[in-house]
Amino acid sequence: MKNIKFVFASFALALFATNYSSAQAPDVPVPAPQQQGKIYLTNATIHVGNGKVLQNATIGFENGKITFLEENPSIKTDATMGKVIDCTGKQIYPGIIATNTIVGLSEIEAVRATNDNAEVGTFNPNVRSIVSYNTDSRVTPTLRSNGVLYAQVAPQGGLISGTSGVVQLDAWNWEDAAVKQEDGLFINWPSMFRRKGWWAEPSGFELNKDYDKQVADLKDYFKDAKSYFEVGAHEKTNLGFEAMKGLFDKSKSVYVSVNYVKEMLHVIAFAEELGINIVLVEAKDSYMIADVLAQKKIPVILSKCHDLPTYDDEDIQQPYKTPGMLQKAGVLYCISIGAFWQERNLMFEAGTASAYGLTKEEALEAITYNPAKIMKLDNQIGTLEKGKEASLIISNGDLLDMKTSKIEQAFISGRQIDLSNKQKALNEKFSKKYGVN
Amino acid sequence: MAQVFRPIVIALLFLVQLSVFGQETTFHRNGPDDYREGVHAFINATIFKNYNTKIEHGTLLIKDGKVVEAGANVSIPKGAIVHDLKGKFIYPSFIDIYSSYGLPDPKKQPGTGNPQMETNIKGAYGWNQALHADYSAIKNFIADDKKADELRKIGFGAVLTHMKDGIARGTGAVVTLANDKENNLVVKADASAHYSFNKGTSTQDYPESLMGVIVLLRQTYYDAEWYKGLKDKREYNLSLEAWNNSQSLPQIFDAVHDWQNILRADKIGREFGVQYIIKGDGSEYQRIDEIKNSKARIITSLNFPKAYDVEDPYKALWVSLEEMKSWELAPTNAAALAKAGIDFSLTPADLEKKDDFLPNLRKAVKYGLDSTIALKAITYNPAEFLKVEDKVGSLEAGKLANFIISSKSLFDDKCDINENWIQGKRYEIKAFEPKDIRGTYKLAFSNNTNYTLKVIGDIAAPKANVIITDSIKPEVKVTYKGNDITLAFNPEKKKEFNKIFLTGTIDFDTKTWQGKGQLSNGDWINWTAAQTKGPDADTTKAKKDSTSVDLSKLGKVTYPFNGYGYEETPKAENVLIKNGTVWTNEEEGNLTNTDVIIRNGKISAVGKSLSCAECKVIDANNKYVTSGIVDEHSHIAISYGVNEGSEASSAEVRIGDVINATDIDIYRQISGGVVASQLLHGSANPIGGQSGLIKLRWGYAPEKMKIEGADGFIKFALGENVKQSNWGDRAVVRYPQTRMGVEQTYYNYFTKAREYGKALSSKTPPRKDLELDALLEILRGKRFITCHSYVQSEINMLMHVSDTFGFKINTFTHILEGYKVADKMKAHGIYASTFADWWAYKYEVIDAIPYNAAILTKVGVITAVNSDDAEMGRRLNQEAAKSIKYGGLSEIEAWKLCTLNPAKMLHLDGHTGSIKAGKDADVVVWSDNPLSIYARVEQTFIDGIRFYDSQLDAQKRDDIRRERARIIQKMLDDKTAGAPTQQPAPKGKNDMTIGDEN
Repeated sequence: MKNIKFVFASFALALFATNYSSAQAPDVPVPAPQQQGKIYLTNATIHVGNGKVLQNATIGFENGKITFLEENPSIKTDATMGKVIDCTGKQIYPGIIATNTIVGLSEIEAVRATNDNAEVGTFNPNVRSIVSYNTDSRVTPTLRSNGVLYAQVAPQGGLISGTSGVVQLDAWNWEDAAVKQEDGLFINWPSMFRRKGWWAEPSGFELNKDYDKQVADLKDYFKDAKSYFEVGAHEKTNLGFEAMKGLFDKSKSVYVSVNYVKEMLHVIAFAEELGINIVLVEAKDSYMIADVLAQKKIPVILSKCHDLPTYDDEDIQQPYKTPGMLQKAGVLYCISIGAFWQERNLMFEAGTASAYGLTKEEALEAITYNPAKIMKLDNQIGTLEKGKEASLIISNGDLLDMKTSKIEQAFISGRQIDLSNKQKALNEKFSKKYGVN
Repeated sequence: MAQVFRPIVIALLFLVQLSVFGQETTFHRNGPDDYREGVHAFINATIFKNYNTKIEHGTLLIKDGKVVEAGANVSIPKGAIVHDLKGKFIYPSFIDIYSSYGLPDPKKQPGTGNPQMETNIKGAYGWNQALHADYSAIKNFIADDKKADELRKIGFGAVLTHMKDGIARGTGAVVTLANDKENNLVVKADASAHYSFNKGTSTQDYPESLMGVIVLLRQTYYDAEWYKGLKDKREYNLSLEAWNNSQSLPQIFDAVHDWQNILRADKIGREFGVQYIIKGDGSEYQRIDEIKNSKARIITSLNFPKAYDVEDPYKALWVSLEEMKSWELAPTNAAALAKAGIDFSLTPADLEKKDDFLPNLRKAVKYGLDSTIALKAITYNPAEFLKVEDKVGSLEAGKLANFIISSKSLFDDKCDINENWIQGKRYEIKAFEPKDIRGTYKLAFSNNTNYTLKVIGDIAAPKANVIITDSIKPEVKVTYKGNDITLAFNPEKKKEFNKIFLTGTIDFDTKTWQGKGQLSNGDWINWTAAQTKGPDADTTKAKKDSTSVDLSKLGKVTYPFNGYGYEETPKAENVLIKNGTVWTNEEEGNLTNTDVIIRNGKISAVGKSLSCAECKVIDANNKYVTSGIVDEHSHIAISYGVNEGSEASSAEVRIGDVINATDIDIYRQISGGVVASQLLHGSANPIGGQSGLIKLRWGYAPEKMKIEGADGFIKFALGENVKQSNWGDRAVVRYPQTRMGVEQTYYNYFTKAREYGKALSSKTPPRKDLELDALLEILRGKRFITCHSYVQSEINMLMHVSDTFGFKINTFTHILEGYKVADKMKAHGIYASTFADWWAYKYEVIDAIPYNAAILTKVGVITAVNSDDAEMGRRLNQEAAKSIKYGGLSEIEAWKLCTLNPAKMLHLDGHTGSIKAGKDADVVVWSDNPLSIYARVEQTFIDGIRFYDSQLDAQKRDDIRRERARIIQKMLDDKTAGAPTQQPAPKGKNDMTIGDEN
């Protein structure tokens, strides 16, 4: 009874607050309406996302799709053709895609009530991240304003964490946001070692004696699921298995979080035995078996570059260099962070990778085209090519370098999105207070 | 009941009967007295009277459990029992200086999981449960023959026993390992006082860090001194009484885990005029010069690490080169101590298998330890350390008759200890090798049958045959013990049931055997065997000692002892950096085509076209040259425990006590251009601990990393961490739990400190309190606060507290809502050190904005970006550059956020933070604009010493690969040879624990 009263009271307060503050910009900007008419961005340096850079180029789009892309265009664009935005001196890039993220699932790390990223239990293939994705997260606008326009939202708990979804970051609700409601299955591969101590004072590792059993349990679960589909009709439905349908016809991938090289080899053997498509996630040691990954065509969603080496004797800059090594070996990989608010720095992770082995365009691909390919969305997003979604960002300078990376405008499927956020508002509020800018 | 009781009674009787020591006793005896004088003469032995006096063909005479005389010409009294030890060796029995023999195992109470602020020991004891100064080993000692036997077997005759539990461990007792009533075993009842860095079974929260342990010891020294001077003892304190009473004894400190702990223990001792005897863990060789400089005598272990099972190269990843090198070089430790002239004792205490002690000792000798010093380290030194050298450790007249008899020199791999005599009583370890009966004999039966008998092979297990023809040589089974001998053989193989059995006695003088025998038909005969020829000369070639070690092929000790260490610590260079783009951080601004000269550790000139004849030239064309990065907020390089968060204030703890000079993150920081860091206490409590300001002099000892003459700083913290908001539902005990309580915590402590300060200048000064001393320093403007802070209300609050008490806050660190109170901070002249763009990790950072640094800067607050994180610490240039993106600072302003401004906050800007002649040569050469994501560090100089060089780094990686491969081969050889191995596993950074694990 008491609780209900409390809820009512809060509700009343909320209404009051809404009325009172209606004059202020909302914390989360209003989603942009559908694209009206044609839009041309002219005289820009366009980074296509597939390695090509077009100088003095024009890109045009209509109904959310790219319809025009030319370097030194033969036609002259003017207001009669649609909305023309002069982008002289500007850089245009495909919208950045954050993979393996919990944006929208977690709002404040330390506040339990705001965390919807990890369900309890060991095998949860049927939980779907898309239904928890919060379009009104205060975090999302801070990602968009840095150029991150898409996210693969992935669950994290147990051994089988659940099914990921892919969203665009300017939406009214999760249905509206979904690019792909059910993307792939996320798995945490068991670890051969367990950490002792606690987060603030870690005290080493111990051998995980249950490793073999945990792997066997996982394998059994997959075998049972496979058998479930081969058998066909069932009196009793297994919701978990039902959610794994697409794995065995390879229409969906299994994303496996794994870091230690030996475990990775176990994962590969596991996938081959079960006949499933896998993507390695985090995969800090992946550079050690880059040739194997290239040969077997196993993609990698690589964990952050801004990380310390795993091993004491390892190259102290190894995490910076790993993308370059995967690139060189011909592995399909993308760079990820694996977090939420931190995703606004994804372009700088790529920048560092560029300082240590990638070209700038390769580094860009690692956060645009490559993730799209890994999620099999490259026919829609990831590059700026005719027929694809007009999801792009206009930067005042080099996107990958914080010194110059300033996103001035952004479009998702032709919709020009509002790049404001609460942090910008607070900046303005207090700059005004002090008379500085 | 009776069943339990009976064995005890029997045991007691047994003990009393064994009693040999001391003529008079207070004990009543059941039955007639059985006092024996025990006069024994051991002759013809090689006697080590002490570790460096060797007597060939000597005699040792003992009586009544003591040595009468040992020498070459000792007259043997009439009636003495004579033991002919021809070919044998006598050594003083060894002394284990680090035992807990005969003491009960400390028991830990199961923890409740709830905070425990006070001791749970009842009685008039001290305030902290980890202080057991009142523990007396002698009062708890109960002889344990089974345990004693383990040590006797490996040559030990006496031990120093003490309780290995807690930070102060009370007194130890020297006892012998004889099987006797405890009263007769005591060599010295109160022989030593013991300390350690491990709180052991204590369940009290304080201390929870190594720095907390150190300060608890320091404070206890002060408390004990104060207590001693108390005229009116209102507080009677058993712990402090005992502490004071044991100060005149040898003081022994257990400082295991790494060599740095030895230096830490020694530093505590220096403060109080105590020279500890320090127990190390066998890694002293990794920093032998510093250990030597401590002047401490060392107790160390021969607990050599097992080889790793590295057959799987992927598993081998988890074994660092440091661990590999430790495996290879641990056996050189004792030799290194000896070579450095450090007095040390060796203990078997840490060995998993005590039987490994002597083989390991011999291994140490093969790895360069002089055998005389080895002997000294287990005989004289432990005795002398404990001031019982008048009783044990050598075989001079009047000392206890504690000695071993061995078959060979102790350092011969084939040496057996035959007997261990303790207090004149014999303990047989391994029977003497029997006398030699090998040779050719004429075996004659009384029935006139004769055989030729040939005895060959090992002396201890000879083989024999009767020679009938060259090809018919039936085997004879020979068994003999003492003078008894039996022979059994079948002279005709063809016939079954034809064995002849002989039994007789040996006359060793005439080399003849004789006795009776029974033939297969049951007839008895007499027989004799007379030696006709002695044993054949030993033709088996002496096996080449396969275990000899080529010391020149061992890896080198590096500083620090890991892959990225240096064989020689780098020294300052004179360098001319030519034609760079120099960012000065001075009025000159950013200069192109400019030269910088580094000379004698300082920047000596900045300008165009400079020349320097003695300088090494670095071409900086197309490169950038800046002063080094300063990290205002770092937690790298701290040994065990960043937080002493058990109480609301831990102002007394000092990060400077626990600097970990071996942390690989130091090297990783310098690869990112960092030259100096403030190592901060954590944010677990409102008043944290004192900071350590270091320059990242990779390869140097901890004390040499500290910045000389730097001001003292202290960490404060506000908000969720100090309220324990995110520590789980049980963390609701410690005050404060709200921001209101946080304010009152400060009022409470500063009020106390102010009153303490007044009292100090009064006629009756109060007890010295290290916590209040630190707070008083703040009030007196001698210690400076860096306060972890997030929301504006609390920032404002602390400024009011400081106004009230009249001190100045130096820096608000993190300060994510600093932009909301920038004007107030400016008015107070407070610095801001912030994260560039962190937020959303907890509720109190919900309003954090990446524009914070820019707003603060524009308002006029001196602002820095900090890392709080070992990874981000090496990219602070990038974090500074974010202020260009968020808030539009100029490059010059942005660059100061990670260099000059943090240097100002740490009061180091007179020495570092800009490129200016006369400043420390803390200089970084970059491949690109240092604020660009594409910039890489090429060289980092600290005080003119090139600690990082990207090309040398590549070289190091090559070296690591080769050195790993070499040792892996060696480990695999060891495994193939059957040596035990251990499985590789990842290690945490802080594997040391200061509490018992359970």
